[in-house]
Amino acid sequence: MSAIAIVDYGMGNLGSVANAFARLGVPCETTADPAKLRSARAIVLPGVGAFRAAMQNLRSRGLDRALDEEVRGRGKPFLGICLGLQLIAHDSTEHGFERGLAWIEGHVDRLSPAEAQPVPHVGWNELQPVAPSPLFERVAPGAHFFFDHSYHLRCPDELVSARCDYGGRWVAAVQAGHIHAVQFHPEKSQRNGLRVLRNFTRWLDARGC
Amino acid sequence: MLKARVIAVVLVKDATVVQSIGFRRYLPVGRPDIAISYLDRWGADEILVLHIDGRPASPETVASYSRHCQVPLSVGGGVRDAATVQRIIQAGADKIVLNTAAYDDPALIGQAAERFGEQCVVVSIDARRGMAYVDGGKRATGTEAAALAVGCAERGAGEILINSIERDGSKQGYDLELIRTLVGAVRIPVIACGGAGTPEHMHAALAQGPAAVAAANFFHFTEHSVILAKSWLAAHGVPVRLDSYASYAGRELDAQGRLARLPEEALDHLRFRYVPEEVI
Repeated sequence: MSAIAIVDYGMGNLGSVANAFARLGVPCETTADPAKLRSARAIVLPGVGAFRAAMQNLRSRGLDRALDEEVRGRGKPFLGICLGLQLIAHDSTEHGFERGLAWIEGHVDRLSPAEAQPVPHVGWNELQPVAPSPLFERVAPGAHFFFDHSYHLRCPDELVSARCDYGGRWVAAVQAGHIHAVQFHPEKSQRNGLRVLRNFTRWLDARGC
Repeated sequence: MLKARVIAVVLVKDATVVQSIGFRRYLPVGRPDIAISYLDRWGADEILVLHIDGRPASPETVASYSRHCQVPLSVGGGVRDAATVQRIIQAGADKIVLNTAAYDDPALIGQAAERFGEQCVVVSIDARRGMAYVDGGKRATGTEAAALAVGCAERGAGEILINSIERDGSKQGYDLELIRTLVGAVRIPVIACGGAGTPEHMHAALAQGPAAVAAANFFHFTEHSVILAKSWLAAHGVPVRLDSYASYAGRELDAQGRLARLPEEALDHLRFRYVPEEVI
């Protein structure tokens, strides 16, 4: 069975995602090579960083096209993490205006919590699953995950599988068929996070990927 | 709802965890990897490692910290340029901590935020009588800590860590007025540090409104230190995450956060049940 590919686009901490899969005993490989993305069983797009820099890095490495071909073209299972959730939207207003991968209907804007709470939304917050998702099996509603973001995804309700509450019910996770994405950091959310990643690999197994 | 964070700080000098007293005396504690793995096991909400020998942590060192850390890892100390920021984040840190550089070269804050996002940038400010000092407390800036914090937030800092030099290592409690001033000055999360001696001190600090309390020395000398502190806070109505293999729910903790002895009847009938750790 081939490995899970973790996309390396020069954007920051990939080690923690790789460490998390290693803890689960699940083979993974960090790569920027389109050939490796082609042969991988699934693609994980992590992201710690700014939307514009991320899209520029993806484009300059030809990874936007490679990801498009694999995930949208060939239906390869996908998991976006944090910035990786925002990048699949149409666009973001972080540092101006930047187009994203446009895989799902959605836009990324700055968080505006109702009671003027501090931004970024950083810390452990309770996940509220709102639709059945393979990622959240055996994850109790209200389980804590680590969030750290100043921007959030706005998208149609039917795509949303979980929300979190921070002066507003923000999107915490989406699913569009074989495309999953989460706003929180499963690789930094201790056991709850490992459960989500294990659920992702179980879902891959069930699909025969 | 978002919980208040309890952050464990690990000060490293010459590859050793040290206890800091007033920014002047440093006593050895032990190995960083051991400290980090236990703080992680005990459910610290984040771990913040500061190198205080003037040189930034190497990528290999950061990678070694990251390996043991399943909670967000912030790394700082001696970070003065964008290349170092990039190396540290790509080696495994989730956030970079800037202190002296945030004052001497504030453009670095913006550079780091543009590349990695403001949520990756923590500016740490050390204060005496409300005034900011850099270079490990040795150089006065002549600027109020609050004013410096405001400027750094404008430049793109995601969080402010405010540390009281006077309270450092004192175990006399946090500088509540300093925390209150900083919380009132900025619209980004504030992390309070310096002086924790009891969970009661953390409670008083959190009552000033910061997003998080941090402590270094406090967590390094007792077993389950993080779990006990959080249990005490939870028992006193502070919303914190309690997610570790040990629970002290229903147990009495004194003002110092120590477990009270169980009553004789309970001790007489105490039995232990083996609960195997869940394999995820």
